[in-house]
Amino acid sequence: MTALLSTPLADQMTATFARRRLVALSVPVVIFVYLLYTFFAFDIPGLAQRARMDNAAILLSDFWSHKTHVTRNNRTGEVTVAIEGEGKGTYPPGKMPDWVSITDGITTVDLGTGHIVTYDDAGARFMVPGYGTIDIRPEGNGLALTAPEPLPKWINASDNRIAITTPAGRFSYTRSRVETFRYQAGWELFFFTLDSPFHGKSPLDLISLAVSGDRIDPARSNISAMVQDFWTNKMWRHSDVVWALFETVLMAFLGTTGAAIVALPLGFLAARNFNPLGPLRFAFRRFFDFIRGVDGLIWTIILSRAFGPGPMTGALAMAVTDAGTFGKTFSEALENIDEKQVEGIRSTGANNLQKARFGVIPQVTPVLLSQVLYYLESNTRSATVIGAIVGGGIGLLLTQAIQTQKDWEEVAYYMTLIVLMVMAMDSLSGWLRKRLIKG
Amino acid sequence: MADIAASASQNAAQSRDAYLDMVRRKRMYGGILLVIFVAFLASGWILADDRNAGGFWNGLPKLAEFPSEVISEAWEKRAVLPGRFIEFLPSLIETLNIAAVATLIGGMMAIVLSLLSTRGLARWPRLIPVFRRMMDAFRAIPEIVIALVLIYILGGGPVAAVVAIALHTSGALGKLFSEVAENADLKPVEGLTSVGASWGQKMWLGVIPQVAPNWISYGLLRFEINVRASAILGFVGEGGIGHDLKLAMQWGQGRYDQVVAIFLLLFLTIFLIDRVSDHYRNRLVKGDLT
Repeated sequence: MTALLSTPLADQMTATFARRRLVALSVPVVIFVYLLYTFFAFDIPGLAQRARMDNAAILLSDFWSHKTHVTRNNRTGEVTVAIEGEGKGTYPPGKMPDWVSITDGITTVDLGTGHIVTYDDAGARFMVPGYGTIDIRPEGNGLALTAPEPLPKWINASDNRIAITTPAGRFSYTRSRVETFRYQAGWELFFFTLDSPFHGKSPLDLISLAVSGDRIDPARSNISAMVQDFWTNKMWRHSDVVWALFETVLMAFLGTTGAAIVALPLGFLAARNFNPLGPLRFAFRRFFDFIRGVDGLIWTIILSRAFGPGPMTGALAMAVTDAGTFGKTFSEALENIDEKQVEGIRSTGANNLQKARFGVIPQVTPVLLSQVLYYLESNTRSATVIGAIVGGGIGLLLTQAIQTQKDWEEVAYYMTLIVLMVMAMDSLSGWLRKRLIKG
Repeated sequence: MADIAASASQNAAQSRDAYLDMVRRKRMYGGILLVIFVAFLASGWILADDRNAGGFWNGLPKLAEFPSEVISEAWEKRAVLPGRFIEFLPSLIETLNIAAVATLIGGMMAIVLSLLSTRGLARWPRLIPVFRRMMDAFRAIPEIVIALVLIYILGGGPVAAVVAIALHTSGALGKLFSEVAENADLKPVEGLTSVGASWGQKMWLGVIPQVAPNWISYGLLRFEINVRASAILGFVGEGGIGHDLKLAMQWGQGRYDQVVAIFLLLFLTIFLIDRVSDHYRNRLVKGDLT
C-alpha cells in the first residue's frame, strides 16, 4: 500500500500540513503581538491614574438615586431645599420635606439612622452615631472645627472648607454657605414636579383621584390635569423627549426610504444585464464606491453646512450614504435574477419598462425589501449619532445631558429609551420582513 | 350535454369575473397603500424640513458653496498638503487601531456568545435565551452612549471608543456568527464527543474550522463598519482623526487645508479597506482559502 503513495505526494502533504500548522500557530501569535502593541499605544498602564473613579461613583449613584440639597446662605441666612440643587426642583417655603424642619432660625436635617445636621446662628453641628458631634463655626477669617480626635479620613478639613462624607449623606461648610446632601433612591419628580398638586401622592391615591375624587382644579378633570402636569414636567421634559425620539425614528425612516428610492433606478443602470453600455456601468459603479467611501461623517458635515442643523440634514446625510450602499447591493441583486421570467414577459411583446415591472421587480422585491428593512433598523441607531452631530433628535438631548456632567439620571433615562427604541425598531423590521416577504 | 356545456361556460365566466374582481381589488389595495406611503413620506419630509434650521430650497444652492470654498483654499495651499498628510497620519493610525482592536475583542466575545447561544452547540442549552437577549442588548446600545459615559470616567483616550465599539460589535457579530454556526455540520462534534472531548475542544476542533471562513468574512465587513464608527466617535467624543477633523472644522477658514487632508486620508483609507475586504471576502466565501 505504501508503495502506491508516491514520495512526491507524501512530501507535498507533509509540507502542506507543516504550513498549516505554522499558520494555525502564527495567527494567534500575530494577534497577541498586535494587542500587546496597542496595549502600550493606547497607554493602558497609565489608565489607572487617569481614570476618575470618583466620577464613576457619582455616575452610578446618580443612575438610581437622587440627591436633595439643603443649603443655607451664611450671609443672608436663607435656607433652600432643592432636588439636585436645581431651581426647578426647589421646595416652596412652608412645604419642606418631612425630614427638614425650620423653627426659630434653627434648621434641623434628619439624614436617617441617627445622623442629624443642625444649622443655627453659631454655625452648624453634625451628629454622627458611633462617633460624636462635629461642631463647626466661623472664626475670624477661617472655620473652627470641634470634633472627637483623631479626625477620621471621612472628614476633610482645610482653613476655609470642611467636607464630611457619611453613608447617610454628605455635608460641606464654607464661609459663604453650608450644604447638606441627602441621597434617596429613585428618580425624583419623574411624574410630577413640586408645583403640581399631584406630587408626593401614592399611586393608589392618584388612581382614586383620577377615578372618583373631587376636582383639584375646577377647570379640568383630574385625569387631564395629571396628563398635562406629566407632559409638561419641567425637570424631565417628557414632551420634548417623546418628540426627540419621534424625530430620530423619522430621520431613520426618511433616510432609508429616500436612499432606496434614489438607488433603485440607479441600480438598474449599474447592472450588467440591464445596461449594455460598459463605460456607463463602470461610471455608476465607481460613483457608488465614491459615495460610500466619502463616509457618512463627511456627508453630514458638508450637508449641515448647506442646510443648517436639524433632522432634515440628518435624513439627507443618511440618504446619501445609504444610496451608495443600496446602489451596489441592488445592482448585485439585479444581476442575479432569473432571466427566464423576463424572457416570458418579453415573449408577450412587452416593452422595457413592462419587462422591468412584471419580470424583474417581483423577483427582486424580497431581497431589496429585506435589505431596506435591515438598514431601517441600523439607521435608527446611526440617527442617534448623526443627531448628535446635526443637532436633532434624542442624540442631541443625550450629548447635552452628558456635557453638563451632572444630569446622569437623565442620561440613564435617555439610554434606556434609546435601547428600547432600537429594540422596538428591530422587532418592527423583523415583523415587517416576515409579513411582507413570506406572505 | 348542452346543459353541462352551458353551465361550464357559465362557471368559467363566473370564475373569470371573480378573478378579475380579485385582481382589481388587489390593485386598489396596493394603490391605496402606495398613496398612504407617499403621503407619509411627503409629510415626513415637510415636517423634517420645518424643524430644520435652514430650509431645503434655501440650502440647495448653497450645497456646493462649502466644498468649493474648502477646495479653493486647499488649492492655494497645495504645497503644504503632503506635510498635512504626514501630520495627521498618527491620528489616522489611532483611528484604525481603535477599529481593529475593537473588532478583534468584539469578535472574540462574539465567538463565545454565539457558540453559547446556538442550538445544538450551547454549553448550557437552558441559558440560550439569556445569551441571545444579551446580544440583542449589546447590539441595541449605540456606541456613542457608552463612549461618552466612559470618556467622563476614563478622562478621554482611545479606550472609551474601543470598549464602546467592541461591545456593539460583539452583539452584531454574535448574531451573524450564530446564524452561521447553526448550519454547521454536527458530525465532527459527535465524533469528538465519542472520544471524550471537552466542550472547548469540541468547539475549537469541530465547529470553528467549519465556520471560520464565513466568520472571518463577516469580521472583515465589521472592521470596515468599525473604521467609520471610530472616525465618527472621534468627531463626537475624543481621539483619532475624527477629533482632529472637529478641531479643524471649528477653526473654519484658514485651516481648510487640514480639513481637505483629513477628508482625503479618510476617503482613501475607507476606499482601500473596502476594496481589500471585498476581495478577501469573495475569496473566503468561495472557499479558496489557500
